[in-house]
Amino acid sequence: MNKMETMTGARALMVAMEKEGVKEVFGLPGGANLPMYDEFARCDIRHILVRHEQSAAHMADGFGRVSRKPGVCFATSGPGATNILTGIATAQADSSPMIAVTGQVPVAMIGKDAFQESDIIGMANPVVKYAFQPRTPDEIPRVVRTGFYIAETGRPGPVLIDIPKDVQQKEAAMTFPDEFKIRGYHPWTDPDIVHVERAIEMLLSAERPIILAGGGTIISSAFAELQSISELLMIPVVTTFKGKGAFPENHPLSLGPIGMHGHAEANKMMTEADCVLAIGTRFSDRSVGTFEAFEKRLKIIHMDVDPAEIGKNQTTSVAVIGDVRTSLRIMIKMLMQKAIKRTEENTWIKHVKETKEYWKENLKLHPGEMGAAKILRKLREILPHESIVTTEVGQHQMWASLFYDVIQPGTFFSSTGLGTMGWGFPAAIGAKVAKPNVPVVDIAGDGSFSMTENSLATAVLEDIPVIVFLLNNFTLGMVAQWQRTFYNRRMIGVDQGKCPDYVKLAESYGAQGIRAQSMDELDKAIKTALKSDVATVIDIPIDPEEDVLPFVAPGTSLADMILPS
Amino acid sequence: MWAILTLLVENKPGILFKVTHLFRSRNFNIDSISVGVTDNPEYSRMTITTYGDEKQVEQIVKQLDKMIDTIEVKHLDEHKTVYRELSIFKIKLSNANDSMEVNKLANAYGGKIHDVRKDSIMVELTATPDQIRAFEELAKPFGIIEVARTGVAALQRSGA
Repeated sequence: MNKMETMTGARALMVAMEKEGVKEVFGLPGGANLPMYDEFARCDIRHILVRHEQSAAHMADGFGRVSRKPGVCFATSGPGATNILTGIATAQADSSPMIAVTGQVPVAMIGKDAFQESDIIGMANPVVKYAFQPRTPDEIPRVVRTGFYIAETGRPGPVLIDIPKDVQQKEAAMTFPDEFKIRGYHPWTDPDIVHVERAIEMLLSAERPIILAGGGTIISSAFAELQSISELLMIPVVTTFKGKGAFPENHPLSLGPIGMHGHAEANKMMTEADCVLAIGTRFSDRSVGTFEAFEKRLKIIHMDVDPAEIGKNQTTSVAVIGDVRTSLRIMIKMLMQKAIKRTEENTWIKHVKETKEYWKENLKLHPGEMGAAKILRKLREILPHESIVTTEVGQHQMWASLFYDVIQPGTFFSSTGLGTMGWGFPAAIGAKVAKPNVPVVDIAGDGSFSMTENSLATAVLEDIPVIVFLLNNFTLGMVAQWQRTFYNRRMIGVDQGKCPDYVKLAESYGAQGIRAQSMDELDKAIKTALKSDVATVIDIPIDPEEDVLPFVAPGTSLADMILPS
Repeated sequence: MWAILTLLVENKPGILFKVTHLFRSRNFNIDSISVGVTDNPEYSRMTITTYGDEKQVEQIVKQLDKMIDTIEVKHLDEHKTVYRELSIFKIKLSNANDSMEVNKLANAYGGKIHDVRKDSIMVELTATPDQIRAFEELAKPFGIIEVARTGVAALQRSGA
């Protein structure tokens, strides 16, 4: 449709978003975005009201990760805009597609330190994939079209659209473009066949190959391809934390996540490998610790969509640039042509399986009835495989990584890059909006949950029944663990007291609150929550002294992990 | 390693900010930067000089290339590149001979003389940064009052 139509900038924004398929917007109104809000009365887009703009951004982020389409959040100018910054930075760090639309003071007021003016374009610059500030209404259709395209293609990320109030209000003749060109943007490169061939040779000649699947594997939905490669070549799979659940964690070749709080068997095998096929990962310090200890003998094949990730944190032997799903498909095709399929377990695979078995039996767990491992395994036992899990940030997050096995790929999401406390609950709400028919659970800790707990209002009023699975140690537990480990038990600023009472808190919002103090109660609570049509907080008091182990101290090698004594 | 980078960018407000911000946030330093519109008014050309080892320069080129507003980013080989910088020196004249001496020095470097006064003289010099530094050393004994430099502009030689 390229007919000119006269309408306001605000109207054009909504029409353009409807064309992009937007059905929901998470947001909070204010002076500078009222013309856009007024348009909700004239379109089919549902508005979901939040109690803090940061939560709107996390909801859009959760929606985007699950649906793989950009989630949309709205905020007003000034403090509204600065409040969503943390959410934008979180989406950028985890390559999540998002459109953030902020109101701005009128064009003539920009730069005058007007009421609720903030230079959000300047502030957001390092944490967005791109930012627009249309200065005339007729720019809006193109801005929205290209904004969505940029957000969801290549390595996804957040796009900010900052619209001055008068640009929302003024009328113009609008054309909604179907086609457009962005000269400096090339989201996908075709993988170089020669490099794929070299990668295969390297994998085939390796004695102890391993696959390291990162978040990019999940973003490009390369689940089936990853499993094919692993099975064809009989290569064990470790993941980064962000890549958790890229590969079914009940698969015989799965070793789970590596990293600071990786699985013992995963860290162990990673340090013993001689060749790694790294898929869609940036070799974060939290994943690989210091690689130097063993990288000299480790050949690295790096597949990534983002050329700037090649060689950024890690020198590689072979780089395959392009969408990882496409690259893996080419690899599978080549293996098929060469009729390569391994069926016999070699000494490496035997060793991997023995190591896995050993740690299954020998990792010491908390002795109490309500130890973290038992609690999370109980959740896994009851939750249907298609359920979506988000997490907050802290000890519970790492316990989830260790003890909650993801069986259906692509059902586990966490703020892994920026590590934003308060992310999990609003992200769960966004996820539930994207997939209303599956259970959505936020594995939470009390410190993190308390940062965005007022999203309970959104969950209740907007009828989005998610479950908050709250491992409550009344402490900023991860900080407490570091203070116990590195600061000679000087506990400063970590005690949260028994405040608030989370059951009463949930009830005060009209949500369901259940306290579970035994495995029996927990079993019942999870089943009740799954049947409930209202949001539920399951408050599970746990031992504040329980540490997350294994633990690779910052700045050390995966080989030096601290194990439970 | 001293590196000359050339960037063809969209000629839009805010691009210079984004480019310089990228250097800051990725922990690189800009040695010099010059910007000007190209024959096509839709584009500007930026020439940035920076220091870093090969890996660092490769990384900054990749990060710049990733920016949506950059059309083309190249790390130029200085031996296959014409690169010049414009500088203006205001030099003190203390005695009768100084004016002639500065004139001679400027001539030797292909500089031009401007604004000759009783106690100061200005020299405009377009040269490579090395030549400008050499000139500066020789001008120091007279007393340099002020210096303004544009940063390098560079283009790769044809066929290089």
